[in-house]
Amino acid sequence: MVPAVSMRALTKRFDDVVAVDALDLDIADGEFFALLGPSGCGKTTTLRMIAGLEIPSAGSLKIHGDEVGTLPPNKRPVNTVFQNYALFPHMSVADNVGFGLRMQKTPKADVARRVGEAIELVRLTGMEHRRPNQLSGGQQQRVALARALVNRPKVLLLDEPLAALDLKLRQGMQFELKQLQREVGITFVFVTHDQEEALSMADRIGVMGDGELLQVGTPEEIYDQPVNRFVADFIGRSNFLPGTVEDPSTVCLTNGTRVTVEHAGDAGEAIALSLRPERVQLTDRGAVPEGQASLDGTVSLVTFLGSGVVYQVALDWMTVEVRAENRPSVPRHDVGDDVSLWWRDDAVAVVPA
Amino acid sequence: MSSSALDPLDIVDPDHEHSHIGEEVERRLRRADRRRGFLLALPAYLYMVLFFAVPLVIVLIYSFATRTSSGSVALSGWNLESYRKLGEPIVRNVVFRSAFLAAITTVVCLLVGYPYAYFAATRRPLVRNLLLVAVMIPFWTNFLVRNYSWRLLLSTGGPISSATEAIGLGETDLLFTRTAVVLGLTYSFLPFMILPLYASIERIDWRLVEASRDLYSSGWKSFSKIVFPLSLPGVIAGSILVFVPSLGAYVTPEILGGGRETMLGSYIVTQFLTARNWPVGASVSFVLMAVMLSATIVYFRAGGKNL
Amino acid sequence: MSEASSAQARGLAKFGLSLNVLLVLVFLYAPIVLLTIYSFSGARNPGQWGGFTLDWYRALGDDTRVQDAIWVSIRVALVSTVLSVVLGTMAALALERFTFRGKKVFDALLYLPIIIPDVTMAVMMLLFFTQAFDLLDAWFGLRIAKGFATIVVSHIAFNIAFVSVVVRARIAGMDATLEQAAADLYATRWKAFVFVTLPQIMPGVLGGALLALTLSLDDVVVTQFVAGPGSTTLPVYVFSLIRRGVTPLINAVSVVMLAASLVLVIGSLFAQRANEGRRRREPAA
Repeated sequence: MVPAVSMRALTKRFDDVVAVDALDLDIADGEFFALLGPSGCGKTTTLRMIAGLEIPSAGSLKIHGDEVGTLPPNKRPVNTVFQNYALFPHMSVADNVGFGLRMQKTPKADVARRVGEAIELVRLTGMEHRRPNQLSGGQQQRVALARALVNRPKVLLLDEPLAALDLKLRQGMQFELKQLQREVGITFVFVTHDQEEALSMADRIGVMGDGELLQVGTPEEIYDQPVNRFVADFIGRSNFLPGTVEDPSTVCLTNGTRVTVEHAGDAGEAIALSLRPERVQLTDRGAVPEGQASLDGTVSLVTFLGSGVVYQVALDWMTVEVRAENRPSVPRHDVGDDVSLWWRDDAVAVVPA
Repeated sequence: MSSSALDPLDIVDPDHEHSHIGEEVERRLRRADRRRGFLLALPAYLYMVLFFAVPLVIVLIYSFATRTSSGSVALSGWNLESYRKLGEPIVRNVVFRSAFLAAITTVVCLLVGYPYAYFAATRRPLVRNLLLVAVMIPFWTNFLVRNYSWRLLLSTGGPISSATEAIGLGETDLLFTRTAVVLGLTYSFLPFMILPLYASIERIDWRLVEASRDLYSSGWKSFSKIVFPLSLPGVIAGSILVFVPSLGAYVTPEILGGGRETMLGSYIVTQFLTARNWPVGASVSFVLMAVMLSATIVYFRAGGKNL
Repeated sequence: MSEASSAQARGLAKFGLSLNVLLVLVFLYAPIVLLTIYSFSGARNPGQWGGFTLDWYRALGDDTRVQDAIWVSIRVALVSTVLSVVLGTMAALALERFTFRGKKVFDALLYLPIIIPDVTMAVMMLLFFTQAFDLLDAWFGLRIAKGFATIVVSHIAFNIAFVSVVVRARIAGMDATLEQAAADLYATRWKAFVFVTLPQIMPGVLGGALLALTLSLDDVVVTQFVAGPGSTTLPVYVFSLIRRGVTPLINAVSVVMLAASLVLVIGSLFAQRANEGRRRREPAA
């Protein structure tokens, strides 16, 4: 199947600064794809290149098989939901939504019908004649969505679509956006710096850093098998235990402990084990299953979070963060307790040191 | 595995050959954009060159020309005669008088305008806006009429004179005096003082004043050590905005000074319309403009652009 | 300082401030109000009260020179405003939205008329027209006299600058992503300008037009230098009357001018309020 968006060696330079560095990425038709990364990583520039608001310096950019790299935005089958929505303040909701259709010279009756449908789709019926400044932030967001979707774009681009909303509204909209995407079946590409947003909404995530695409995968892949420390650290929290590869399934940690892993890499390589706090088991000293490698330490700090408890466990060579569920069956520990840490072999990811 | 979802076949796909066409297209677009901008600016640009820059240059040229006996200008025999004339007592007196009256006007505007701006800035929004609009309206009404109204007020046997007589102070005869000119200039330019002052006082962080009160400062000390220094940009901006146009004023001294209190503006006009000494008129205009330009640069340096 | 005396000092300061505000308001409005009242006075001396009369307004209606001057003023103001709004808005768009060769020079050139004293401006225009007409006469035998056209040309020369400053402020405050959104929604550049940019900057354009109108109707000095015998604007005519001596007729003319500028002020205040109200309600994104 032809991908909805296909980028090859896509590069954007601003004078001497390389904002996007030779990106290779395919986004499948009907996919909900998230470009995730810290600010300045090039994710917004990538989105703007797809939209036609930036012209790529080099490389290829195809939408449904057609090269569009140098086409102006008004000639591309994509539409954008801007971060601040960019609603036209002098137009009513209906006029905002119908703008794109009118610009394409759609017959009047069709415009009216499709605008009505789009407004219904985002559940703003009855608000057609309001001005954008008479709407709440969430309603403005829906207008922006309707204004883009009404054109039935091949790809819908969303630039930090939820950043301007407050927390409660944001969580509601996450669910709603995903629902909406399934309903319309259009490819959604959205840019965010919020890992939780990306994890909860996207089918696949592309993590960017410094203009490069670091990893592409499903939320599970990205979270469970980060390719490097940056990805592991940016998405969720992680402990990094430094060590050396001894053979393809054994890693020797700095303190001499031998640990079994699934894919260690080449012997002699310096690596780190990325260990999620919630994957670590915390037990009383020595209460470790037979044959399982473990680390001994002392609880140095306990933080109660409501749904869970976070322990800082001081080993004699580093500190490890452990997160335990707040459940009656999970025993609690106090500061100063002598404890042991262990984990299942498949609970860790090996990343370059 | 998960690092890249690339199908190896895609990489050799000929359609995906890396194109460097983008930079060329962007260059072309940028060039087209520059051309568009240039064309958009062109009519006004040409207009300003022809009807502003060229006239300015002509004034400069005339200021070095010689006046012929018939009162016309000989565009030959270039000299600095007209600039030398600026040092002669007649011109010097005009310059000093203009500077003096403009300075007095500035001080009066500051003394009257500061408390007004302070009062306005510390009121609730409705009152504040009303007080500002109250200052803006005269500022937008016809300049000549505003000056004329003072001519009427100050005229012999006019309202002010009658009023002072009625309360036993005797007739006042202020018309055609320096006081009348300063009154007229103050009336004309007071809004220029109040508005920037208001802007700078309004944006003061009043928590600073509260903090100073908390630190045992008296009301007066809080004002002189905190509020006033913070409003200084407004004071500078307002002073320049009043001083500069007062210096070049023509209508006000003509109407209220009755030609007796000649200021620079009147002097220049006389050189052109009556005395027909164009080179001197041109050189004085040019110097006046230079003074105003430098004052404006100071104004922008003081952050006046934000006011 | 004791509690009581400090409270007393504060009360005194408050009283002083209020009194000053009151005096400033009286100072600002009394002359205009008195002028209006005296324009209805029957006395021959324009500064004295002599019973209510409309005679001076009637005399105004019979005075063809005043009426001619009014018409010249209106025509000059309208023509110069329309042209300077078009040129000034184009200049503002070019300066805010584009880069081009000579932009810095153009920018500086557009600031000068605002800074320059009107006497200097007047001198510039006088010398320019004198010189230009001399050359046209010498080269082509064209004999041109100062008049309506020279006044309009001069007014445009200073009005372009004021219009462009006002419009530029509006463009600078406009959300640039609106134009990108229009492009994203299939608008060509021209359509994006007509349907999005222009409606957005319209309040600035109107504000610039009101300012240009006011400045044109206000101007005495420049016009006096470039007017011809057959074309005198109202302010120049009134100014010459005042210099010859005040008459009750001038009171009446002044009130007419006052009324005209008040209509403009109120118009601009309403435009500004509508404009500010809209901006206030816009999301602070």
